[in-house]
Amino acid sequence: MTLASSHTSELPPGKDIKGKLSRDDLMMRGGMIIIALYLVITLAFPLFSMLSKSFSTYRFELSQYEFQVSDEAGVFDGSVLTGAALNAQTEAYADSDLSTGADGRLGVTAFFPEFSFRSPVMYQIRNVAENGRFLVGSTLYDDTAWQTLDSNTFRRVQLRPTKSTGVDNFISYFSTPALFNSIKNSLWIAVLSTVVTVSLAFWFAYALNRSCMRFKGFFRLIAMAPILVPSLLPGIALVYLFGNQGMIKELLFGASIYGPIGIVIGSVFFTFPHAFIIISAALAISDARLYEAATSLRATPWRTFWTVTVPGVRYGLISAAFVVFNLVITDFGLPKVIGGQFNVLAVDIYKQVIGQQNFEMGAVVSVVLVVPAILAFAIDRMVQSKQVALLSARSVPYQPTPNAAADRGFLIYCSLVALFILGMLAVCQFAALVKFWPYDLSLSLNNYQFDKMDGGGWASYFNSIKLALLTAICGTSVVFFGAYLVEKSNGFGAGRAVFQMFAMLPMAIPGMVLGLAYIFFFNNPDNPLNAIYGTMTILVICTVTHFYTVSHLTAMTSLKQMDREFESVSASLKQPTLKLFARVTVPVSLPTVLDISIYLFVNAMTTVSAVVFLYSPKTTLASIAVLNMDDAGDIAPAAAMGMMIFYTNAAARIIHLIASRGILRRTQAWRTR
Amino acid sequence: MKKAASFYASLALSALVATGAVAETELTVYTAVEAEDLARYAETFNESYPDIKINWVRDSTGIITAKLLAERDNPQADLVWGLAATSLLLLKSEGMLEPYAPEGVEKLDAKFVDSGETPSWVGMDAWVASVCYNTVEAEKNGLTPPTSWQDLTDPMYEGHVIMPNPNSSGTGFLDVSSWLQLFGEEGGWEYMDALHNNIARYTHSGSKPCKLAAAGEIPIGISFAFRGAKSKAAGAPLEIIVPSEGVGWDMEASAIVAGTANLEAAQKVLDFSVTKAANEMYNSGYAVVAYPGVAKPVEYFPEGLLDAMIDNDFEYAANNRAAILKEWQSRYDGKSDPK
Repeated sequence: MTLASSHTSELPPGKDIKGKLSRDDLMMRGGMIIIALYLVITLAFPLFSMLSKSFSTYRFELSQYEFQVSDEAGVFDGSVLTGAALNAQTEAYADSDLSTGADGRLGVTAFFPEFSFRSPVMYQIRNVAENGRFLVGSTLYDDTAWQTLDSNTFRRVQLRPTKSTGVDNFISYFSTPALFNSIKNSLWIAVLSTVVTVSLAFWFAYALNRSCMRFKGFFRLIAMAPILVPSLLPGIALVYLFGNQGMIKELLFGASIYGPIGIVIGSVFFTFPHAFIIISAALAISDARLYEAATSLRATPWRTFWTVTVPGVRYGLISAAFVVFNLVITDFGLPKVIGGQFNVLAVDIYKQVIGQQNFEMGAVVSVVLVVPAILAFAIDRMVQSKQVALLSARSVPYQPTPNAAADRGFLIYCSLVALFILGMLAVCQFAALVKFWPYDLSLSLNNYQFDKMDGGGWASYFNSIKLALLTAICGTSVVFFGAYLVEKSNGFGAGRAVFQMFAMLPMAIPGMVLGLAYIFFFNNPDNPLNAIYGTMTILVICTVTHFYTVSHLTAMTSLKQMDREFESVSASLKQPTLKLFARVTVPVSLPTVLDISIYLFVNAMTTVSAVVFLYSPKTTLASIAVLNMDDAGDIAPAAAMGMMIFYTNAAARIIHLIASRGILRRTQAWRTR
Repeated sequence: MKKAASFYASLALSALVATGAVAETELTVYTAVEAEDLARYAETFNESYPDIKINWVRDSTGIITAKLLAERDNPQADLVWGLAATSLLLLKSEGMLEPYAPEGVEKLDAKFVDSGETPSWVGMDAWVASVCYNTVEAEKNGLTPPTSWQDLTDPMYEGHVIMPNPNSSGTGFLDVSSWLQLFGEEGGWEYMDALHNNIARYTHSGSKPCKLAAAGEIPIGISFAFRGAKSKAAGAPLEIIVPSEGVGWDMEASAIVAGTANLEAAQKVLDFSVTKAANEMYNSGYAVVAYPGVAKPVEYFPEGLLDAMIDNDFEYAANNRAAILKEWQSRYDGKSDPK
């Protein structure tokens, strides 16, 4: 040590050693930049246009208008008054009245206190500024010529606002109780659902990992079922169970299912698998030595549970909680179906945009919704980074010991949860087959005649399959290749860090927000990518981007397990990296590649929130059809279509399973000796 | 030489034939007409104009309107065939419609034609508000049928009425704007305050209240007559009530989108849309059409509906839309959380 330091102090500092960039390195960096650019164009730019839209305001610029008033004989004396001057005189409108939406209109008779539509007085009005606009009735005048109008016509004059920039939208948002109440509602619903789901999922996962209960495989399968259906399907099931004509509505003791109760029950249903996977993974790793120590210290099972089990899975619990929180607060389908008058943020965005065509306010609500979503996401990432390996080389895996009473208890508990999940699905299937609930209970396939309903008919079902397949294929290629480039390229640390950040961002962006941002960005005629608006392409791009993060993380985990030696060896053998990627990396990681593609397929089948703003009449989707049919009151056909999505996803899963087995046998033979 | 000339002549001829074959004009037509009617509309149109192909772009009124407004600076549609007049007035006030007087427009009922010098849009048919009343469920709850809008504020109906949210449904908006016209600005809001106490919830779409009433989910749904007649025909125990004060209505109308590259073909569609034949076609779904004397009664349609239609001021509705919706939202959306 001292020798070395004394030597270096004598020697003159050498040049930094910098590896020469090979053609391969350049190519990998090029590829990484291309995929990073993809993320910038499909994520950063749209979000930026949305943000700027939320600051785009509309205001009546009164100084842009000039008026003249004649005497009783209809003669004008030539004196001209601006709208601003008139308003200052009469104080007809306060400053806050002058900020409005794109559709705003302002009457002008209030400027003239002596105005009567019967009087013979004539009025003249004109725009002074080029961008000034006013209406007479519904006819638009946007030139600067004087218009002469009699009193009765003059009362039909409406000023139109001009575009400007400012925080008016946010002010108006927070001064409208109907709107900002939703923040409270959304948070409350999300917290409550999170507590319920995480508790239920914890004991379910505990039973599967830490007991000797029977039928574990079956329960594991059931727990995953909700992932295969759109989030609005439990809402439909709840209508049939607890609605006014519900099968077991007495259980609610007169409370209405339309509102927070419905949203919470439905949210528990659709977020259960997500919480279960995370907690189950955390519970699966445990060190039996800790339990042995607890036993030898004579700790009661209760104490052991709180001092060993819970601390061991705390990161899993926290992570599950934030994932569930994020899913609930950003979900749109379920509150739309079962929310009744209970307003939440995601539905507000839809109402502003589709109902009122108030895109600016939609953008404002989106910005508001992004805040809790990003916070939850950031906390989750922070917690995960603190997670340290619980399982060291010396650990002994925990083996549950049979305990008849506990095992029976767990079996009953799991059966109840399974009944809840299966029951919801069964109700939907039953409702889909009943002819006319509740008056004609005979079975028929009438509700499957989707072509007679709103929502796009059977075409939307096939569109969905097309979207899911395209998303699975394109998405998996982009994501896996992108992850490979980030993980295996040399140097370029800053670029990789930026890429990694972009890849994590989609997780924090709610689907509604992404979809709305896409309208603002891609539907702009000045955008050269405008042509993809309203096509299948934009749906595929949006869906891939929406589900990028989880796929990316899955790919990264699998790639990290592969030694970088492979790259070194291939470089020393003068083999291009792409060849290595195609010949070694992909085959070795095939199980992961298949996992990513089934993840993307299933999510593309069930997603509603992002694509609800982007589908066109030629690209209607099954999940949107469920929403639209329910919206039109065709609830049974909506249930029927929802179950079609379920069966399709279940079939895809089975095919995935069979394919994985077959492919694994051929490509993963190297794993066994 | 002669041979060559004839060769060129035949070449020119075949080119002519070829262009004749592709001369078919394609029109992009935005519409909110029910999906099941569209194929029939296009077929009937093509009987008279076989060389114009119609490509429908269909969605609900709100979405089609949003789409047109979003495409303000880059219109994709050639024309609109079947969209609410209040929406078309909105487009007109943005200068997005190309005024055109279709051949024979003078034969239409004047209230179905835009009042501009050259009309910017022409009406097709009207859809009319009505109350769907489920007799079976009402009896279970011990309700008597209402006969007027005022009746609906009776405390006996508390929690038994559903209506569409005007902020997302055109039908909801035509109800609200009709009450404001019927009862006056102040009386209208007072009426809605009273009605709000009885409303179980507001739906997003205009047809849902009637379908919910048909399914017995609620005894009374404020919706439109056409939907009620359809559900009744499907066997639902419904009675369609026309409140005695009068009912609001809106019409479906057609217009040419300014800036279309196919102006001539678009004008032909508009010419067709005002013909008697076209109005007979609209009549199969709508009891009230623009061409006087055409309408035949539609099965299960309530009687006296025509006379109950109020003298609707579309300009008032369009120009006050933003203000009315804002007021409605602050009155009912904010405090409508479950107690």
